[in-house]
Amino acid sequence: MLRYSIKRLFSLILSLAVASLVIFFVIEIAPGDPASFMLGINAQPDTVAALRTELGLDQSKFSRYAAWVGGMLSGDFGTSYTYRTPVAEMIADRLWVSLPLALYALALSTLIAFPAGIYAAARRGKAGDMAVMGATQLGVAVPNFWFAMMLVLIFAINLRWFNAGGFVGWDEGLLAGLHSLTLPAISLALPQAAILARVMRSALLDILGEDFMRTARAKGLSRRQALWRHGLRNALIPVLTIIGLQFSFLLAGAIIIEQVFYLPGLGRLVFQAISARDLIVVESVVMLLVFAVITVNFLVDLAYAAVDPRLRSRT
Amino acid sequence: MSRNLILGGAMSALVLLAAAVSFVWTPFDHTAMDIPSKLQTPNVIHWLGTDHFGRDIFSMIMVGARTSIAVALVAVGIGMSIGVPLGLAAAARSGNWLDELIMRGNDLVFAFPSLVIAILITAIFGAGAVNAIIAIGIFNIPVFARITRGAALSLWQREFILAARVAGKNAARISAEHILPNVANLLIVQGTIQFSLGILAEAGLSYVGLGAQPPTPSWGRMLADAQTMVSFAPHLALIPGTAIILTVLGLNLMGDGLRDWLDPKLRVART
Repeated sequence: MLRYSIKRLFSLILSLAVASLVIFFVIEIAPGDPASFMLGINAQPDTVAALRTELGLDQSKFSRYAAWVGGMLSGDFGTSYTYRTPVAEMIADRLWVSLPLALYALALSTLIAFPAGIYAAARRGKAGDMAVMGATQLGVAVPNFWFAMMLVLIFAINLRWFNAGGFVGWDEGLLAGLHSLTLPAISLALPQAAILARVMRSALLDILGEDFMRTARAKGLSRRQALWRHGLRNALIPVLTIIGLQFSFLLAGAIIIEQVFYLPGLGRLVFQAISARDLIVVESVVMLLVFAVITVNFLVDLAYAAVDPRLRSRT
Repeated sequence: MSRNLILGGAMSALVLLAAAVSFVWTPFDHTAMDIPSKLQTPNVIHWLGTDHFGRDIFSMIMVGARTSIAVALVAVGIGMSIGVPLGLAAAARSGNWLDELIMRGNDLVFAFPSLVIAILITAIFGAGAVNAIIAIGIFNIPVFARITRGAALSLWQREFILAARVAGKNAARISAEHILPNVANLLIVQGTIQFSLGILAEAGLSYVGLGAQPPTPSWGRMLADAQTMVSFAPHLALIPGTAIILTVLGLNLMGDGLRDWLDPKLRVART
């Protein structure tokens, strides 16, 4: 297990290093000089040059890359070109919206998907199964931003149960904060729940065909008891992988939903930074998201190997 | 043929037909503004109503189908034309540095949150349909590479491949003549799925203003325009949304149906 973990850790570090190179150089080739962009078209060349020096843009690409990576490793993400505040602080502020939103959506998606998937598997081929499967087909086909608009129309504009957008902040209390994240979380969770329910169902159906399930039935357990005691635990492996993948997707994928609800999260931060040519913010947020994805995948792999020893030798 | 295949095929065909017909005929000019008849709900003259500029929504939906299909189709094409050869090469050289390089490269692309990168690409190189295609296409490459490699790996162990090797064919020829035809079914099914994901991605990018630019109509763009008017003209949001859902649903059903139809093993297992 230790050897496996070290090997995976090494590949994790390598992935992160390559990812950081890719992000840095993709953004480097972007047309448009941040300094001239910030100062506007009427700026004097020497003012632009001075600002370039101040921002460190006159240094070589390599030393800027080294400074960027070195800074991130010590928690210093640099200073935003436009806001003149530390990027780390801006990210931390936004994370307080994006992270709870992703967790909220993940919780909702799991709460919907587990019962739906288990119910469908238990009633395979019957009307209940078909209804759940039909609903999941619809769930994956609905664009979440459109679903968000419909939720706003029904629950914010017509019923007035929620605000149509914005975030009240956690200072107003946990419930008020969660309340203003509810519609965004539901819209994010919908397609994820549909996918998860399908995975849950097919994982359970695979397990139901296994020998140990037949043994469980043979020793007198009812179909339902066998499903709950033996099936569910074994079906959790593929389901947990998908949950791991979904979490990183929810964190990054909220970008459009944050636009719909005007939420001050990471997605909107990237958006604003891109339009303001605030490259350092863009680089850092994208790197952070990639870091989250790679790390979650790494943890899922390790959890896998811990649960199922057969997987350790396979890679 | 399963019900899924027929239903999904029919829905997809309908969308394709609408897009094709829009080249020669639409009920109205999709760019023609007619302010006096703005924001009409569906009626006899304007079958799906009009938008805030009085443009005919039915015509816009027809032309919008063109944009969605073109973007998603080319993106799938990019993914297939690069991903499939990569997957074949990785399988043919299984276990050596080329395989390792290709698969690690794939992992890397998978690690990038696709939407963020798509937004990054379109934002850096300019918003527009072409950049949206590239952004969506890049993320199709690893999908096809991985699925091709997985299927090809097991084929390389089979007797008929051994026979081809004994006959003196090299890896490239075997990949093209024997492996590729045998993974084609899988690729068609995956192609359908990626196509539907491409439609959703295009809609998302257009919605945030990074896809097709006005006056080219696109479903996502129509939804973005509708957002501020949804309280008094909900049909502006309902209609393009329904168009997206029906298209994606149709493609997914078709993909499921195709998989069952093309894979005889599944057909037996399901009965």
